Amino acid sequence: MFRLEPRASAPLLWQVVTPLLAVLATIIVGGALFAAMGFDPVASIRTIFWDPLFGPAAGYSRPQLLVKAGPLILIASGLALGFRAGIWNIGAEGQYIIGAISGAAVALAAYPLEAHWIFPAMILAGAAGGWAWGMIPAMLRNWFGASEILVSLMLVYVAQRIAAWMAFGPMKNPEGFNFPGSRNLQQYESASNPELIANSGLHWGGVAAVLALAATWFIMSRHILGFHIRTAGAAPRAARFAGVRPERLVALCLGVSGALAGLAGLFEVAGPGGQITESFGSGYGFTAIIVAFLGRLHPLGILLAGLLLALTYIGGELAQMMLNLPAATVQVFQGMLLFFLLGFDILTRYRIRRRA
Amino acid sequence: MMIDPLSVFILLLGAATPILFAALGELVVERAGVLNLGVEGMMITGALAGFAAAHASDSPALGFVAAAIAGMAVSMTFAALTQFLLSNQVATGLALTLFGLGLTALFGKPYEGVKAPAIMPGPLGLNWMIWLGMALVPLIWWFLTRTRPGLILRAVGENHDAAHALGYPVRLVRILAIGFGGALAGMGGAYISIATVLQWTEGMTAGAGWIALAIVVFAQWNPWGVLAGAWLFGGVTVLQLRLQAAGVAVPVQLLSMAPYLATIIVLVLISARQKFGRSGAGAAPASLGRPFYALK
Amino acid sequence: MKRRTLLGSAAALMASSALPAFAQEEKLKVGFIYVGPVGDGGWTYQHDLARQAIEKEYGDRIETTYIESVPEGADAERALTQLALAGNKLIFATSFGFMDAVINVAKKFPDVKFEHATGYKRAENVATYDARFYEGRAVLGTIAGRMTKSNKIGYIGSFPIPEVIQGINSAYIHAKKVNPDVEMKVVWAYTWFDPAKEADAAAALIAEGVDVFMQHTDSTAPLAKAQEAGAFGFGQASDMTNFAPKPRVASIIDNWSPYYIKRVGEALDGTWKSHGVWLGIGDGEVVIGDITEAVPPEVKEEALALRDKIASGEYHPFTGPLNKQDGSAWLAEGQTASDEELASLNFYVEGITAPMPK
Repeated sequence: MFRLEPRASAPLLWQVVTPLLAVLATIIVGGALFAAMGFDPVASIRTIFWDPLFGPAAGYSRPQLLVKAGPLILIASGLALGFRAGIWNIGAEGQYIIGAISGAAVALAAYPLEAHWIFPAMILAGAAGGWAWGMIPAMLRNWFGASEILVSLMLVYVAQRIAAWMAFGPMKNPEGFNFPGSRNLQQYESASNPELIANSGLHWGGVAAVLALAATWFIMSRHILGFHIRTAGAAPRAARFAGVRPERLVALCLGVSGALAGLAGLFEVAGPGGQITESFGSGYGFTAIIVAFLGRLHPLGILLAGLLLALTYIGGELAQMMLNLPAATVQVFQGMLLFFLLGFDILTRYRIRRRA
Repeated sequence: MMIDPLSVFILLLGAATPILFAALGELVVERAGVLNLGVEGMMITGALAGFAAAHASDSPALGFVAAAIAGMAVSMTFAALTQFLLSNQVATGLALTLFGLGLTALFGKPYEGVKAPAIMPGPLGLNWMIWLGMALVPLIWWFLTRTRPGLILRAVGENHDAAHALGYPVRLVRILAIGFGGALAGMGGAYISIATVLQWTEGMTAGAGWIALAIVVFAQWNPWGVLAGAWLFGGVTVLQLRLQAAGVAVPVQLLSMAPYLATIIVLVLISARQKFGRSGAGAAPASLGRPFYALK
Repeated sequence: MKRRTLLGSAAALMASSALPAFAQEEKLKVGFIYVGPVGDGGWTYQHDLARQAIEKEYGDRIETTYIESVPEGADAERALTQLALAGNKLIFATSFGFMDAVINVAKKFPDVKFEHATGYKRAENVATYDARFYEGRAVLGTIAGRMTKSNKIGYIGSFPIPEVIQGINSAYIHAKKVNPDVEMKVVWAYTWFDPAKEADAAAALIAEGVDVFMQHTDSTAPLAKAQEAGAFGFGQASDMTNFAPKPRVASIIDNWSPYYIKRVGEALDGTWKSHGVWLGIGDGEVVIGDITEAVPPEVKEEALALRDKIASGEYHPFTGPLNKQDGSAWLAEGQTASDEELASLNFYVEGITAPMPK
């Protein structure tokens, strides 16, 4: 028999190898699933993982990886801070929606004025909206000890209904023939978040994602706050002796991750998304949790994980188009990927020893 | 215009049943200290498996049995990952939901457009599943509070290290709880496909699993509270639709937020009561969501 | 022999690439993006049936591809671009919410033709098409008005948008015509597809005394409820014959096939032009499914006569005199509603007591 022995620290080798193992296992099992369904496994895997990067239309799909990965990375980098400290914000989807609504509100209030201050003001409003929505679970935990997992999750549903209310009510486009949905911000120059370089897929959201990664990397590895976060996560009781004030940490982690999720929502609504609709939240906030774990809560890992998940989305669409693979396959694939990753994760955290 | 409260109540019972089953299952899981966010994934699996079995055997009862088995089977993925491989429960639960929704969409294709056998009505015109759901409430309450295995389960959820030190099989208890939760979630999902809709369509649980999670919190981890919560959540939907039908102007979006806000308020109240030292009753199990590993 | 044909076709292939003038007609690639899964049994399912119909019609001359469950917004724009890049020259986008994405992508691919369902923005290479579902609702309303015993008929709305409001008004007007005592109850489910909620909505109507109702949501859940309660309902989007002869006594079917076949044909022979069309029963786009034996023969006859009058253009379902819900005048005697007015309809006609959601 075998037994597990916790490692004092996760060796770098395993940190790098286990995600690769997980991807490999997903490819093998996924390939078998495709084969069982009557699809060519090699072609399917190639279409999902290879074609978006190097296939015939890669010139278009490569930038699209950035569009899709940007919000995931931006949100996940904030979540990772909290997850490291043992603070579980699983309501990023709600903060994303509220950020988008707050930012869009600024734009819609200013419409049709064209001015340079509008976009910066929207960014501030978006971040503030997400921050505020994240601070609700933070304060409720600090004041009353209410679980931030559950409060932040409940607030996702509240936010979704606010989005629906906005799309049908206060934010409905007055020139939209009574169809739900706000004005399209892409068509409002001062408020739009277009590609910074044509056909690069890079908009301000991508820039913000990179900045967020750099900032969280700096905090985690070079700043006393990072030490506090890690201590609080690894040894909550010891943390107090190390001078950690848990209340402050809760407010900080939930506030920052909320603000980043809010920013992601703002950049999406002003950019690729364009408008507040009843179904504006399309799951980025939940997928970002997967990204955070897939990237083992490390900035570099999150960058790669965000790109990998974006790849499965875009490759999944290609596979539908080229091979008639059903859309659900991508979901199965992502679920499997996460299962394997979580499973193999044990190799990083524990040593496997033969039982004496 | 008056609305007959009894008719609302009868509608409510049907609307509450799927979430009641799923929430009761999740309650037991959480009482054992495990947070499984994969309820939606297990429900949809049960919805498909139950529908397929009911269709093949022409027996709704067999359908529910199959749904329980299927829900339990997928929950074992979660159990294996979280209990043996010590993976993070939040992420594993989310993965289970993703996986369940995708897998059922793939395997459900042959059942699209097929009709289920009619479920037999029970006493008072309510079907047997409604009765079973309500009967489970006192049963689970009795199990948790009056039996030794129930006590062990709660001990495991409150302090797994202490439970382990006392010689209780923490991991086994949790695996059993997860399996039970999976079975009930599967049956809840099957209620939607077999009793409510009589058809299989992908994604048909449409978020019921997440509502079940909310109900457990609202219920303060108490089976009677789950019943109240399921009635509240089911009731708000039924009531707002009923008011609309009666020609009353209803702020639908605002009203549909209400149960979630109520859940947050309840959570705050019970947490506050515990924090300020009055009583620990109704608080979240202390080991909820924390992985357990025996150092020996 | 086999080998020779192989060589022969290889030679032909080389020849054709060398001499484009002799090339066989290149296959027209036709792409589709769907908002839901093809298995939704309703809206998307019907569009996919039409896709299969064009494949059958044109065989080897075309090749179709689809991407299902595409969220509205940024993902739609990418899916459309991918389809265009993959060489699709005619692309059908089958949800209102794809509108801005279609316009954006169409600008980038001037040689690709786009067909957008239910939208109002057009361009040189973007046509729009929609169905006059309200024509079908008039027929269903007639049946409902005749079949109700309680004089209460119901309508499960999805979202308060013009298309659904047209349907409610049309159904009510025609039910009232055959049954002056009829009352209309409306429930908004705020979803296109959520079986459990639709079932609850149907149950709420039934509890309110409604015994015949129409639905503007896609699942069969309301029909299942009707069956339990002994009420009548109608198939929506697809035929839903599983529930015939009752509770499903008739249905309103979205039949996109004639339009898709026509437009693909035009794209093939080079006569495709952008336009905005709104097709109804007369064009075969809105079809009344089989009226079952649960409906008395004289009612069936009356319904079919109305259908034929609408189809021939002899009768418009919104013909005055009609007042708005608040009693103010809308259409004068003999006047018919204009398409512009209908396209942004946001009020009920007089007699409907349900409040319009804000």
